[in-house]
Amino acid sequence: MATVENRAQKPAAGINDDIGEATRLELYRSQVLLREAEQRAFDLFLQNLVKGTSHLSLGQEAVAAGFATAMKPGDLSFCTYRGHAHTLARGVPVEKVLGELMQRDNGLMRGKGGSMHLTSAEHGVMGSYAIIGAHLPIACGAAWRAQYKGTKDVSVCFFGDGTTNIGAFHEALNFAVVWKLPVIFVCENNLYMEYTPIASVTAVKQPAADRAAAYGLERILIDGNDADVVYRTAQDAFAKARAGAGPSLIECLTYRHSGHSRADPAKYRPEGELERWKERDPVKVYRERLKQFGVDDKAIAAIENDVRKIVDDATEACKAAPMPPLDLLTTDVYADGGFAWRN
Amino acid sequence: MAELTYRDAVARGIAQEMERDEDVVFLGEDVADAGGVFKATVGLLEKFGPIRVRDTPISEQAIMGAAMGAAMTGLKPIAEIMFSDFFAVCFDYIANEFPKSRYMSNGQLKCPLVVRTGNGAGSRFGAQHSQSVENWCMMIPGLKVVAPSNPRDVIGLMAAAVRDPDPVIFFEHKSLYATKGEVPDGEIVDTLGTAAIARPGKDATILALALMVPRALAAAEKLKAEHGIDCEVVDVRSLVPLDTQTILGSVARTHRLFTVEENPRLCGWGAEIVSIVADEAFYDLDGPPVRITTPHIPLPAADILEDIALPTVDRIVDRVKRSMNS
Repeated sequence: MATVENRAQKPAAGINDDIGEATRLELYRSQVLLREAEQRAFDLFLQNLVKGTSHLSLGQEAVAAGFATAMKPGDLSFCTYRGHAHTLARGVPVEKVLGELMQRDNGLMRGKGGSMHLTSAEHGVMGSYAIIGAHLPIACGAAWRAQYKGTKDVSVCFFGDGTTNIGAFHEALNFAVVWKLPVIFVCENNLYMEYTPIASVTAVKQPAADRAAAYGLERILIDGNDADVVYRTAQDAFAKARAGAGPSLIECLTYRHSGHSRADPAKYRPEGELERWKERDPVKVYRERLKQFGVDDKAIAAIENDVRKIVDDATEACKAAPMPPLDLLTTDVYADGGFAWRN
Repeated sequence: MAELTYRDAVARGIAQEMERDEDVVFLGEDVADAGGVFKATVGLLEKFGPIRVRDTPISEQAIMGAAMGAAMTGLKPIAEIMFSDFFAVCFDYIANEFPKSRYMSNGQLKCPLVVRTGNGAGSRFGAQHSQSVENWCMMIPGLKVVAPSNPRDVIGLMAAAVRDPDPVIFFEHKSLYATKGEVPDGEIVDTLGTAAIARPGKDATILALALMVPRALAAAEKLKAEHGIDCEVVDVRSLVPLDTQTILGSVARTHRLFTVEENPRLCGWGAEIVSIVADEAFYDLDGPPVRITTPHIPLPAADILEDIALPTVDRIVDRVKRSMNS
């Protein structure tokens, strides 16, 4: 049975092991990009330039980076309202994401969706869903289409620990196993369902992994703050799905550095918890690993500087972008492009 | 031309579309092996095989979500929710997911699917298996809503729904499954958003939907024969899009409006139409519009109670006659 330990201890034969230098640099770059973009989103709402709500993935970057890096073009991502990182990790331009958060005309959905509904179909990001659990069955449907059409793409559904206690989670898992669908369910267990510790409202210790057996699935519990571990686990699950061997349920242990949403200062956390997790900050962990593997400081700094420039440029472009035109209000309610409900 | 039951028209309508387009797939509880609890999908499994006609667990959220995911990515699913009352356990998809994905994504996502469901009373099933819930769906921007009253419309509107690029909720009436009607041979394709004048008349317009259409027609015959009142019966057929032109045109000719609605009174579809007529055709009216509905009650199981809950032929006759004579 897979555990956190045996997946983390895969032998590393230097940087050119099963993962390799190029992929590792990509994993690092992705995590740095998510970190910088999310930090920028936070700064922008402190300046009141990001309206509405916003749910950041600061501290959870390794899960998004690890899975996205393991995906192939054509694979589909289904995200939650905490979906900025998963959207960016698929290669969606930072400007498009920040523009949507700032509800500008240059945003991914020109301000019609907002932070909780990021979608970029051309990048395989098939929506971010703000009703807990709703997208697990939807990901099943996309996987059913792949099975029916005989394509080899895989649908990946990301969700938080809180989702494991809603009915749609259980319906989707049973359904996916019975229909043997090429879908991967990824639980980001960041220890809190909104403001409440997940352990205090869940019948089992590991909210996703401990439910796997009920659906005849392998128990997979991994270190979600280690991008190498996430990447390897993802690759195994993709191989299984593409081979027609059905779904996987993966619980990634991680931690969000910020509150649940912009309104939450996260005062419910016990003293020292955040500091302990920050020692295991995924970006820091990965930077140290690259150094151990002999990647020189200059190469690492080049990635960081490049990403910072991308985020800076995107920020400026968004600040200069116009608000959406008012006639956008009534477009795309129906497929004819409008909102007519009568003749 | 052949006589067909409403029940068999469902299977023929689905088969017509599955034969035409192999992206059309069908899923639901007991729909394949068992042929549906109302026997409306008998023969589809044998004809199209277990890959296209699939039984599901009792998981309405999984059914709806799977249909949506498949629709978003290229299939044209028809999903069955056995009783429309069960919409309540998967309402997230009806209210939040199907109808909003296109808008929220600024047109990037699509959701071309059909949810067909057994709606309405008459089977003595009690309050949780008998409701008329078309108004639950009518109020949601992004959905289309149809409710056929006869076998020909079942086939034609099913074709229109499957071929439509938007999510369509297709209400079949449980008490109509055994009824028969003439159906032409060959392919039948109808148009969403069109009402039909089921019986022309000059004195009053009676609007009806699904099971209320045959009752309105019977009432119209009685009103003519016994009271000399010549009613025009309009089968609304499609609540969204709504064919207001046919409705307003009829009211302009008859100057009187009655609605016959199976739903409980509050927020029934007739209220919306009365408000449109009041707004746009007030001076065409020679008297106040009248809504004939089920009272604001859950439905009882006992036949003698259920029978008096729904608008009956006699109640329609009585209400129209009183109003016309006052």
